[in-house]
Amino acid sequence: MTLWMIIRNSLRQHALSTGITAVSIGLGCGLLMAVWVVNFQTQRAFKNVTGGFDAILGPRGSQLQLVLNSLFHMDSSPGLIKAEDYQTFRKRDQRYYERAVPIAVGDNYKGYRIVGTTHDLFEAEHSPGQKYELLMGEQFIQNEKQWNKEAVIGATVAVRLNLNINETFHPYHGLNFAKGQVPHKDKYKVVGILKPTGTPADRVIWIPIEGLQQMDGHDPRFAGDVSAVLIQMKDDPTARGFDMYRLDSIYNKNTDHLTYVKSTEDVVARLFAQFAWAETVLRWVAYLVAVVAAAGVLASIYNSMNERRREFAILRALGAGRGTVFSVIVLESATIAALGALIGFGVYALILMAAENTLRTEIGVTLNLTEPHVVMAIVPLSLITLGALVGIVPAAKAYNTDVAKNLIPQS
Amino acid sequence: MDTPSLPRYPPAVPLLEIHQLNKSYPTPEGTPTTVLDVPEFTLESGQQVALRGASGTGKTTFLNCIAGILRPDNGNIRLNGQDIAAATEGERDQLRAQNIGYIFQTFNLLQGYTCLENVLLGMSFSGQADSQSAAKLLERVGLVDRLAYRPGELSVGQQQRVAVARALANQPQLVLADEPTGNLDPKNSREALQLIREVCEENEAALLLVSHDQPVLDQFDVCRDLAEINHAAKEVAA
Repeated sequence: MTLWMIIRNSLRQHALSTGITAVSIGLGCGLLMAVWVVNFQTQRAFKNVTGGFDAILGPRGSQLQLVLNSLFHMDSSPGLIKAEDYQTFRKRDQRYYERAVPIAVGDNYKGYRIVGTTHDLFEAEHSPGQKYELLMGEQFIQNEKQWNKEAVIGATVAVRLNLNINETFHPYHGLNFAKGQVPHKDKYKVVGILKPTGTPADRVIWIPIEGLQQMDGHDPRFAGDVSAVLIQMKDDPTARGFDMYRLDSIYNKNTDHLTYVKSTEDVVARLFAQFAWAETVLRWVAYLVAVVAAAGVLASIYNSMNERRREFAILRALGAGRGTVFSVIVLESATIAALGALIGFGVYALILMAAENTLRTEIGVTLNLTEPHVVMAIVPLSLITLGALVGIVPAAKAYNTDVAKNLIPQS
Repeated sequence: MDTPSLPRYPPAVPLLEIHQLNKSYPTPEGTPTTVLDVPEFTLESGQQVALRGASGTGKTTFLNCIAGILRPDNGNIRLNGQDIAAATEGERDQLRAQNIGYIFQTFNLLQGYTCLENVLLGMSFSGQADSQSAAKLLERVGLVDRLAYRPGELSVGQQQRVAVARALANQPQLVLADEPTGNLDPKNSREALQLIREVCEENEAALLLVSHDQPVLDQFDVCRDLAEINHAAKEVAA
């Protein structure tokens, strides 16, 4: 109790330097935790974005571009699969897949992508155990006999564009929206709004694939082409791997105009691997901030040692041992680090909220703000230990305080 | 005040016995100068003794040696039979925390602490910190309404009263007072001295006070000249 009383009083007396030092530790702590957790959760969230599909078939080009375009609804379209290739795949390779859903892209409404597809897409589980559900309205009409100019919109689209059931819109050509652009003549009616899925699908306007293929202004020669085919393999774990390698062999090695992505997770992992340097840089910046902050604790306490010599001498005269004053300084240093760690959780929460908001609005991927991670224990504890360690230097000075010399007056 | 927890020595045995005490400091030229040379000195339990000492007679060094803050070069300082001079630093700290109260001329109150906390610190290192007892002591010295005040918010006389309460906080057997009224005006000086003597008496603590202020010294039945006790002081005086 006595130690804490001394520490509390000292921190109060040096409130400004304590506050500044604790905030700088908090920045380092928060930054370190956030870099780790955002990286971990982002990678996991991106890897989980499969839309319920195992593989993708697309035009020849980059696998990453195909994954980003088909599942994340980002990046430009790598091109089109010719209608005959698509039909060949559907018929010839039917034995490999459970479900093959075509998608077509090329239009947007105020920056949100319009993706043409079939009802089959909504039968897949967008996340493990979770299927697409309508928040309100109904699915667009699309069957062998007819399709309507109707749209089902993702939850983010509904909120951001303030689009409601029965409202209409004119699609714009291209994947990016430019002000002043003349829209297509076709008019689409919103018939359904999907419940939030926490996936990029929330940022998509879904329409029947025929609608996009036959949109006013699109070249009718390509009306049967599709942008990609999302493939759900047969639910046979033994055959699945073999089948995937068969398709990989057929399309990637023995044709020159199609690309088969057998594992979207691998592609995402490769994407993150390419940017691993950025995470390393951020992590080293955070380490540096933490070390500078720890040095700040050292400087702050060490500089106060001269003015506190008399305090230590008085404490010693009252019976405090050398070990007691040593412990006071070490604990004081650790306490500043602990205060910093507390601030660090605030900094961490702010960074994570900002990251989550950006990822959710820009990509549609969500992070779990409340999910604990082991670094949330390791980083604060390490910083508190570091704080205690740097406290040893000024503590040694306090330990060696000459009591008689610092108890004035001398006669 | 509660009964002191440590057993008292029978009156026949002195509380404090000093034998052949010697302490010297090196001069800037490097040669040692003896500041303390005390062949014999005793203090009975509960006794109140004043020592007259001018500046430079080694009175603070004498008290610091008794308190165990300084280790003498030679000799014995027995408090309750335990030789402070031969004790380790840790043992001296414990002895000081449990048996000795110290009142300084400049009070040496910790400025960032309240009156109550200052007194609490006085009892903390002997392991008997108790807010109620500390408040009681401050009540005894007339500062019950100043518990949460910091030293800077008190008058000089009030600060000295806090210092007195702190010196008595660990229920010491011996109170050392180094020019305790040196910073006070005559009225406050009289009151402070009376208070110190009263509370020491109430607590059955022996008092060893050093001062060069004659009105202060005149109030003691036993008043000795430090120069008589400390042979080195004679040399200084000469």
